[in-house]
Amino acid sequence: MSAQAPDRIYTLIAELTYRCPLRCPYCSNPLDFQERRDELDTADWLRVLDEASALGALQVNFTGGEPLLRDDLEALVRRASELDLYTSLITSGVPLERDRLLALKSSGLNAVQLSLQDPRKAACNRISGMDAYEHKLQVARWVKELGFPLTLNVVLHRENIDQVAEAVALAETLGADRLELANTQYLGWALVNRNALLPTQAQLESAREIARAAKARLKGRIEILFVLPDYYSDRPKACMGGWAQRYLLVTPQGEALPCHLAASLPNLHFDNVKARSLAEIWQYSAAFQAFRGEAWMPEPCKSCERREQDFGGCRCQAFALTGDASLTDPTCSLSPNHNLVKAARLRATADTSALVELRYRGGRSVSR
Amino acid sequence: MIAASARPKLASKAKLRLDPKTQKQVLLYPEKGLELNATGAAIVGLCTGEHSFEEIVLRLRQQFSQGDASALEAHVSAFLTTLAERGLIEGLTP
Repeated sequence: MSAQAPDRIYTLIAELTYRCPLRCPYCSNPLDFQERRDELDTADWLRVLDEASALGALQVNFTGGEPLLRDDLEALVRRASELDLYTSLITSGVPLERDRLLALKSSGLNAVQLSLQDPRKAACNRISGMDAYEHKLQVARWVKELGFPLTLNVVLHRENIDQVAEAVALAETLGADRLELANTQYLGWALVNRNALLPTQAQLESAREIARAAKARLKGRIEILFVLPDYYSDRPKACMGGWAQRYLLVTPQGEALPCHLAASLPNLHFDNVKARSLAEIWQYSAAFQAFRGEAWMPEPCKSCERREQDFGGCRCQAFALTGDASLTDPTCSLSPNHNLVKAARLRATADTSALVELRYRGGRSVSR
Repeated sequence: MIAASARPKLASKAKLRLDPKTQKQVLLYPEKGLELNATGAAIVGLCTGEHSFEEIVLRLRQQFSQGDASALEAHVSAFLTTLAERGLIEGLTP
């Protein structure tokens, strides 16, 4: 017995391509992204936008990989804008020039989220794998010059979490409207690199304090978000606001998923938008139904008073850490598998001075 | 209280539209959305930068005629201040 599907979605996450000039070792694309090639064509994406709007979507995030590598991005933004969707571009900024940004503006783009791997040039270039820092800052200035709201997104990990004050200062200098200080989620590439990326508790607490003070100081000017790492919380995250409750993600190849990494789960078949409509998938897809509501929940979730707040946490994390997607997220201190998370924390504290190999997205290992 | 001559304006990051599923106005901005009730929607709809705060309150009083004037003014001021704290409304200081 599974729960009924909500009568609508709020946000479509359109992963237009897995191609990207960067090689960040915490990329949210699947580990086997290089084997997934046949991308949806323009007509497919236009239809997906129409269907998402009909299904209630109010927002669309164009992301990837690097969505600017699709030369039909302007056409897709234009359609989304005609559908009155709030359209955000989530980009590395690398292939972006002012002319293209202007074209996106006239196509109706509402907002730009720019990744910045580190407020320090050398560290930013090292993590992203290319000399991108100066161009990223230039893109940030164009974004503001052309009147877009600018979100700077900094993924936090052990090497850059001590730079939160510098990230805030840079956001102020650039006139960013929003700064996302997002602790790495340890899934996919980031899980492969967890020993090198997980910060210590002391680092985290100091960063959180700096972010809290900046948030109070900049209230009404810059919205500062500090996304807590679930590895250091007692309770899991309400991943995606619950499985298949608000978001629908379409991969470059057209698979419809409830979250970025759902395709990593075994024994679930995800429908393709080329074969079924979004409305049908949302309502009837067995994979969307699998973890909707509470019927699937094991103890301790089943009788937990927080089950309607965190929905048992992240299914992909439960699978990645325990091999069983239907267990309580091990980041919850009530999980019988919480020792796995505690052990990872201990290792992070013990290992900070050791040479740890980073495995970069799509490529070679590099010692640091 | 917001100054009478202030001209509140919807910030460029915010977009006001009808949600056809609920028939309510929603204020959309990066990653988020706020569902507005009828009064909220009327207030935000007047934040174009053309009307002063005083005019906005006057218009609302004509539209929602019940209640006393100073309570309405305080309510509108508090609502706009909350939106300004989220960066959704600009121009609260004349």
